[in-house]
Amino acid sequence: MALAETTRQAPLGVGEAQRGGEFGRWVSRHAAILLLGVFMVIFPAIANDFFLRQIAGWTMILGMIALSLMFLGGYGGMVSLAQMTVAGVAGYMIAVLGVSSLPKVSFFWPWWVAAPLAIAIAVAFGTLAGALSARTEGIYTIMITLALATSFFYLTLQNWPIFNGFNGFTTIPAPHFFGVHWGDPVPLYYMILFFAALSYAAVLYVSRSPFGLALQGVRDNPRRMEAIGYNVTAHRIAAYAFAAFIAAIGGILLVWQNNQISPFSVDVGVVINLLIIAVVGGLGHPIGPFIGAFIYVILRTFALDALVAVGLDGRRFQTLIGLGFLIIVLFSPDGVVGLWRRWASRVGASDGRSGR
Amino acid sequence: MTTIFDNEPRTEAATRGDAFGRWIGSHPVWALVIAVAVIFALWLVLAPWPAGLEQVFGKKLIFINALFNGITLGGLYFLVATGFTLIFGLMRNVNLAHGSLYLFGGYMGYEATQWTGSWLFSYVIAFLSCAVVGIAMQFFIFRRMEGQDLRQTLVTLGLSIVFSDLMVWVWGGNAIQIDTPDYLDGPVVTPIVVAVRSSGETVFLYYPAVRLVIFAAAVVIGVGMWLALNRTRVGVMIRAGVDDRDMLSVLGYRVQLLFVAVFAFGAGLAGMAGIVGGTFQSLSLGEDSHFLLASLVVVIVGGMGSIPGAAIGALIIGLSEQIGTVYFQNYSTVLSFLIMVIVLALRPQGLLGRR
Repeated sequence: MALAETTRQAPLGVGEAQRGGEFGRWVSRHAAILLLGVFMVIFPAIANDFFLRQIAGWTMILGMIALSLMFLGGYGGMVSLAQMTVAGVAGYMIAVLGVSSLPKVSFFWPWWVAAPLAIAIAVAFGTLAGALSARTEGIYTIMITLALATSFFYLTLQNWPIFNGFNGFTTIPAPHFFGVHWGDPVPLYYMILFFAALSYAAVLYVSRSPFGLALQGVRDNPRRMEAIGYNVTAHRIAAYAFAAFIAAIGGILLVWQNNQISPFSVDVGVVINLLIIAVVGGLGHPIGPFIGAFIYVILRTFALDALVAVGLDGRRFQTLIGLGFLIIVLFSPDGVVGLWRRWASRVGASDGRSGR
Repeated sequence: MTTIFDNEPRTEAATRGDAFGRWIGSHPVWALVIAVAVIFALWLVLAPWPAGLEQVFGKKLIFINALFNGITLGGLYFLVATGFTLIFGLMRNVNLAHGSLYLFGGYMGYEATQWTGSWLFSYVIAFLSCAVVGIAMQFFIFRRMEGQDLRQTLVTLGLSIVFSDLMVWVWGGNAIQIDTPDYLDGPVVTPIVVAVRSSGETVFLYYPAVRLVIFAAAVVIGVGMWLALNRTRVGVMIRAGVDDRDMLSVLGYRVQLLFVAVFAFGAGLAGMAGIVGGTFQSLSLGEDSHFLLASLVVVIVGGMGSIPGAAIGALIIGLSEQIGTVYFQNYSTVLSFLIMVIVLALRPQGLLGRR
């Protein structure tokens, strides 16, 4: 529970918007995120396709799926390892219902039928997973969701009629509408950016809504919330449904970006990497998962060369990730966001202003 | 204080015996149904099948082989899961590196058989090397974050990633098989009739000796652990620790020492199971997560922290996997998963778990 406890301090800037009222103060409060937004919008002008797709695209997609984990873990106190699986269900469904290279399996429905249906199925799956684990707490949730995620991996590996076994699906095209090929690097980038920003804002909004506050109450003291008259289980399951929605969108974007999905998109390693992303970034604030995803993607892309450059074996990248994760868990349980917060409050204190 | 504890096992056993009799008395219909089911199951196994049954289910040999494979696989799962459940029961530590310990033990055992040529001696090596890793984990890491369940779990996760990558480094990604020793190699005849030839000659089942021996060993280990937990002083300490470890330490017992010992024992069992797995199947990249999943499902079904629960859960999951592979090829993992869902829905604490 140590991870969840850190979020008991108000999330960054909660209440400022209501209290301030003055536009200038609001802007200076949110300077960092506004600057980041502006930067992301003009990013395609300065970056090449590699950075758009491999760095920015992956960061935002993994960030979105990790965001759904962060929402459950940070605000609900339920660390669910099934979020990558929810994304995988959505990804597989878009391949099965939509277009792929396998006419025997795929239905070849247009994207505006396939995508909403895939999201609906994935949300139903995520909600069921939530209903299954909502009655348990803490480490039991991890165990059940991990068992669920691993079972789904083995199912996709063994099942040929629906999931096409070991091979999965290839050449799944991104859609083409309004005269735009959304699979091209720049349109795809903006589509991913749009959904990532939307889900970030949605999580921030929900966390301050009555539902989000009640959820945080359930996290901190379920018995007391039950006594006041809140339906604890219903709040938890609703949180799973909301998180599954974000993860499902992330899963579909993942498939459109990759043009393929296979059992190895949802294997245990990926599931665990997602938890690492969320924890390293920090479960205390919705920006955390995106920071974690950025660090992870940068490491994944460049660690091999960097390790070789300093004379180590480049293939030991996974050890590097694991050790980094261990260090964060051992020394900064609230992740990079926590480090930054502590640094900011120290700087703020020495400036004579209150840090928060 | 000791007298109370010493008396406890006997009274518990006595009440359990009474409860069984009373249960039959109060549920005569259910008792009859179960008795008929048991007799039917025995008939399925022992008698040759009539032609009609073979038409529906296929050859009896296939069914019996799946059954035996399931039971022996259950024995292997029990060896892995029992350490997991013991560690969880006492320390509330979900050791997600348990699968890595299994794989590490298997690899160490493989090295030992390569060096010494003795299959039995490799068990000692596997047990000791995994126990040392377990002691190091408990002593250097988990002792420092007691009571922080989630953080401990995340640490085990990080460790499992590092371990599995290091093992790939040392032993590579290819599958390794541990050779069955000569004296256990080959099949033995079992007194089970598989079919009757048209000449009237009966065909008996041939089954790999090593699997039967290992299953017997798993049963012996299971019974031994049950006896150790229920009849010895250390067992009393462990059970008391499972129920209330704060009280145990207040009473002056050295809980930390107990934790280290149990962690070492659980890790060592996982290491020994690694050799069994390496002989039955093979050792390779990804087996660690396979056996971690198996342990998770087994203890969720059987009940966290309960050793008889782990035995029942291991048997159910082993059987469902093997029978599923034979009869519902594309959905065999879903079968184990469905069992888990049903158990969670009806009894969230597991079949023999306590809340």
